[in-house]
Amino acid sequence: MAEDVKKPEELIQIDYGPPKRSWMDPTVKFERGSYNYAAVKDNQEYLSLPFPRKWQPYEDDWQLPDGWEEIIFKGFKERLEKYRSLRIFMDICVRCGACADKCHFFIGSGDPKNMPVLRAELLRSVYRNDFTTAGKVLGKFAGGRKLTVGVLKEWFYYFYQCTECRRCSVFCPYGIDTAEITMMARELMNLIGISIEWIGTPVANCFRTGNHLGIQPHGFKDSIDFAVDELEELTGVRVEAPINKKGAEILFVAPSADYFASPHYYTLLGYLQLFHEIGLDYTWSSYASEGGNFGLFHSAEMMKRLNSKIYMEAKRLGVKWIIGGECGHMWRVVHQYMDTLNGPADFLEEPVSPFTGTRFENTRATKMVHISEFTADLIHHNKLKLDPSRNDHWRVTYHDSCNPVRAMGLLEEPRYVINSVCNNFHEMPENTIREQTFCCGSGAGLGTDENFEMRMRGGLPRANAVQYVHDKHDVNILLCMCAIDKATLPPLLEYWVPGVEVGGVHEMVGNALIMKGQHDRPTDLRGTPYEQDGKEGDDNV
Amino acid sequence: MATFTLGEVSIEVDEDGFMLEPEEWNEDIAKALATTEAVDILTEEHWKLVHYLRDYYLKFGIAPMIRKLCKETGFPLKKVYELFPSGPAKGACKVAGLAKPTGCV
Repeated sequence: MAEDVKKPEELIQIDYGPPKRSWMDPTVKFERGSYNYAAVKDNQEYLSLPFPRKWQPYEDDWQLPDGWEEIIFKGFKERLEKYRSLRIFMDICVRCGACADKCHFFIGSGDPKNMPVLRAELLRSVYRNDFTTAGKVLGKFAGGRKLTVGVLKEWFYYFYQCTECRRCSVFCPYGIDTAEITMMARELMNLIGISIEWIGTPVANCFRTGNHLGIQPHGFKDSIDFAVDELEELTGVRVEAPINKKGAEILFVAPSADYFASPHYYTLLGYLQLFHEIGLDYTWSSYASEGGNFGLFHSAEMMKRLNSKIYMEAKRLGVKWIIGGECGHMWRVVHQYMDTLNGPADFLEEPVSPFTGTRFENTRATKMVHISEFTADLIHHNKLKLDPSRNDHWRVTYHDSCNPVRAMGLLEEPRYVINSVCNNFHEMPENTIREQTFCCGSGAGLGTDENFEMRMRGGLPRANAVQYVHDKHDVNILLCMCAIDKATLPPLLEYWVPGVEVGGVHEMVGNALIMKGQHDRPTDLRGTPYEQDGKEGDDNV
Repeated sequence: MATFTLGEVSIEVDEDGFMLEPEEWNEDIAKALATTEAVDILTEEHWKLVHYLRDYYLKFGIAPMIRKLCKETGFPLKKVYELFPSGPAKGACKVAGLAKPTGCV
């Protein structure tokens, strides 16, 4: 955490008053804490992206290529013709304002241009000016604005203050998918070499080594082997974790942070225990070693390129179908775009659980099952021996990660699993969970240190709801199913609600799972000793 | 993108002060970089962590898993934060001349 960060008491003083200047006046200031660094030149070159250069948003001169306005105009035109949805979203908004106060960035910053309607107007005003008769004739009297450097800088500022979480879309009477507006704006900026480091670097790494972190196959194996060894120490059971095993029935794909960061790692242990205990014939892949797809935050083309890796690997290894781990935005890509990007995956079989016979009909197109669906089905059919009292030291609440819940409707399965493995589960208020869930404030590539203040602002509504259950029910852990959540909720809670940890659903499954041949397990997966009175001891992580 | 200079040390670093040419790393550079992480003196414990990271990096081209770092150095995560206030990835990796981890971390 940077030292110059404002204190919570200071940050909570939010001014919701209207600004003095017209919204049409594009004025943005790039101050540390509320923007992200520019994409690195070497990585832009590696990805064969246009106009790679060294620049930063806070510099006056962004070294825009000659004729940049024309490049964006052509790119906009092409996308309006290609995506009917974009044209509809540009035309249809009646500015009713239903979305205005639904965005976590607006709630946390009070900046009117973080109202989803106004954020979209930043793009829509240029659309009107360039592509509608009224706008061409009447200009700003018809809500049109010419694309200037100022407008471009405003695009960069605000379209990288949107986490593509789609909470606003839930409330839009026309169903405008605001995330797609942000995606289009980012695509247009990419055409002139404008993107951010936290997207460009993971994407380049993913091409180079198969995952966002740049972990090579021997490093991947080293981490998985370490987890297997540690799990044996914790449980007395030696599990198998096959990598690149041809002919396995199932390919398992998880976010790379699960085998790198904490608290993600404890969820990895949970997966390994579960797969061993049921005797799943599966394999990891050191090439499809990433569930996440930062291409989604970059452009449709990049999303396609990264998503194809998973399916190419499923084909190469000859598996029948795929299980995906606790990843967030991977599910937006898989559930809503994969079939038309890289599908149909007709070389795979329609997923059927080998243990329960359940046919996952919802995955007929993608052949990819979410692990919480898989696990909920096992529990429902009594295939797991569980002792939920092994999670009694946790008083849990559940954060619906934006994409599993809003992009694939995964509402009940995680709750069913949590209720089966934990005795103390308390929901946050109803307008902050399920399809109305509040974002962590750091998704879509915005989880950087330099953007820390804006992340704390954007995460305020989520933290506020956690505070409620912390005060009311003494909740001490926030569960979630997304690696970005697991990385960014800990600093968010440390800032707003100290005393609440973050964990994964399958970490809780791992704690509760009784394994055949296990020895006495005096600690949970974090190494925290169980005490006689059920209270947790010191965290010796 | 900038040049970081302190005493005899002069290196190219990124916006966050991470080395752009990790292969140029040496102990003098580590000492200089530590000053940017609010670590004035590198103690034996700091060096243990830095050398562990460095050795792992030379072998695998990346930082180790955080849990592995803790277990193999014997330092609980809290201790790592005591040694390097901005943590294992941001603080310790920077001083050891590793690249900044990116993605869902």
